[in-house]
Amino acid sequence: MVTLYEAKPGLSRRELLRRGTAIGAGALLVISGSAVISPQQAWGLETTALKPETMATLIQMARDVYPHDQIPDRFYAIAVKSHDELAAKDAAHKDLIEKGIADLDQKAGDGGYAGLGWEEERVKLLTQIEDTPFFQAVRGGLVVGLYNQKEVWPLFGYEGESYSKGGYMSRGFDDIEWL
Amino acid sequence: MAAQYDLNDDHVVVIIGSGAGGGTLGNELAQKGIDVVILEAGPRIEYEDFINDEWASFSQLAWLDNRTTGGGWRVSKDFPNLPAWIVKAVGGTTTHWAGASLRFQEHEFKTLTHYGKVEGASLLDWPITLADLEPYYDKAEDKMGVTRTHGIEGLPGNNNFKVFKAGADKLGYKECHTGNMAINSGERDGRMGCQQTGFCFQGCKWGAKWSTLYAEIPKGEATGKLEVRPNSHAVKIEHDASGKITAVVYADKDGKLQSQKARLVCVACNSIESPRLLLNSASSMFPDGLANSSGQVGKNYMRHTTGSVYAIFDKPVHFYRGTTMAGIIRDEAKHDPGRGFVGGYELETLALGIPFMAAFLNPGGWGRGFTTALDHYDSMAGMWIVGEDMPQEQNAVKLHAELKDKHGMPIPDVWFTDHPNDIAMRNHAYKQGIALYDAVGATRSFPTPPYPSTHNLGTNRMSEKAADGVVNKFGQTHDVKNLFISDGSQFTTGGAENPTLTIVTLAIRQADYVAKEMAAGTI
Repeated sequence: MVTLYEAKPGLSRRELLRRGTAIGAGALLVISGSAVISPQQAWGLETTALKPETMATLIQMARDVYPHDQIPDRFYAIAVKSHDELAAKDAAHKDLIEKGIADLDQKAGDGGYAGLGWEEERVKLLTQIEDTPFFQAVRGGLVVGLYNQKEVWPLFGYEGESYSKGGYMSRGFDDIEWL
Repeated sequence: MAAQYDLNDDHVVVIIGSGAGGGTLGNELAQKGIDVVILEAGPRIEYEDFINDEWASFSQLAWLDNRTTGGGWRVSKDFPNLPAWIVKAVGGTTTHWAGASLRFQEHEFKTLTHYGKVEGASLLDWPITLADLEPYYDKAEDKMGVTRTHGIEGLPGNNNFKVFKAGADKLGYKECHTGNMAINSGERDGRMGCQQTGFCFQGCKWGAKWSTLYAEIPKGEATGKLEVRPNSHAVKIEHDASGKITAVVYADKDGKLQSQKARLVCVACNSIESPRLLLNSASSMFPDGLANSSGQVGKNYMRHTTGSVYAIFDKPVHFYRGTTMAGIIRDEAKHDPGRGFVGGYELETLALGIPFMAAFLNPGGWGRGFTTALDHYDSMAGMWIVGEDMPQEQNAVKLHAELKDKHGMPIPDVWFTDHPNDIAMRNHAYKQGIALYDAVGATRSFPTPPYPSTHNLGTNRMSEKAADGVVNKFGQTHDVKNLFISDGSQFTTGGAENPTLTIVTLAIRQADYVAKEMAAGTI
């Protein structure tokens, strides 16, 4: 018997295809005052220390570092939000992020980093800076910031804690059928 | 009822650490009517309070005091301040361990004899044999409820095991089963059976996995002869003018220094803190640290040759469901130099959750090469490699020259570089692991680098001669009669097997010896 578990609430194939044609996820984000807003996905992120444009680019960069097409932008936004919080307390961190993003924009030329249409073009720039403290701060923060969000676990098919449900004893610990 | 002893009570045995070695020894001695104080650096967290969440549990249990690292190992680059993934809490790393309980093989006690001299390695024969330990292994397996011993049924195979077993069969491996696990397959010893929950590494919330926290310590406390003092971090062992140990100085929960008098001290703080404590206890009489006339304290740090192989299939596996490590192949554990290395390795099933998979699959990795692996997490299977590594003198736990902890004691600096034999073994194991999953139809495999060490061994090695090591065949230091080492740092060499069963076995044997010698008045 195959045990069913909560299906991935990810995007449909059709939505994936549609999104794939958009020019960079960053293009979907709108800057308004001190906030980054995603009108299509109905979320916004207020910044306190970092410029909202910086935050928008940082969200794009986060997706390029750990690209998962089934994960909506808001999870990347949550994952990099801590840089804004840290920047508010630590001027050196603010400087690190602002300068890092400015440098990426400058390397990208007109339209900046988020204006580069292809992920490969953006990744080429990231590869050039992957040993810098800026890149490592962003990448390192994402390992926990992105993957430790309980809401993204089902998108990977990971079910999280099981104790409260009595473990997997009668919930499919040995339900593999294709061997 | 748990005992309470006065700081000035100098007839107590003080054990430092409450894990596999210390927790077991404490109970064993208490059962014999000996008064015991266990000083445990961490808090007491009962199993109901464990957390089924990798990072939250890591914050709750892991030893996170600052440490530094050096040498050629990748852990030093990726996790420079986390050489080891071990626990700071009552029960020590027996809260975190996976439960795999294997006896050493006979030849693994005599590696110098069987392997011969290996360039760059400080191989040495143990001063004991498998025959010496067999009766104690038997007691340990019974105490811990090890499956497939004492008529205890094996655990059922989970999805990850089924993939593993299918591959083992295709490769022609003969010895593959759900392991000898100190995890109850049914109710035993007042503890319930495994509920296939996963999260074995985060502490078993059912208490089905053996841990000194709830399987040994409460029994010892019930005798009225054991006091476990949590949040008590030992900083120095003191001695009198004759060189005899008299007391242990520790920082209490408020960071205040206290001194507990002792008739005898047993050090069981795992292989990083145990040598650190001896080195930090240097005095004018022992300028190089306690029990260090050989100069071997802290040397020969071993961590097993490890690594993992994960693989993706075109169909779901859900490998994180069920017992984390209930699956083993033992065919490669033999010593067969024809493979290009001495010693052997075990292959054991392993799963990580998404948060730890992201952290450990390829530390530092990024981009689609990395993320497409995680995208297929639900179709992943995994195994861990654990093999014998070569002891090397320069692989060592040293005292940091400048950095000190909050009690003013130098922090440990952990140096490790793979021996060429370790690398040859790991590469062989990667090849076998990948072939195994290929045989079941894997579409992509990942030879994953070692994690921070859970098997820390060898830094107070056991030796026949006082010049070659730190302790004798009972774990008693060669230099100081009333000072014992009771953890994995005693190991002369590492064997291919997960070390906990052997640590417990040595502790039971040591308890007999300590009780006998105390009765005879020699210590």
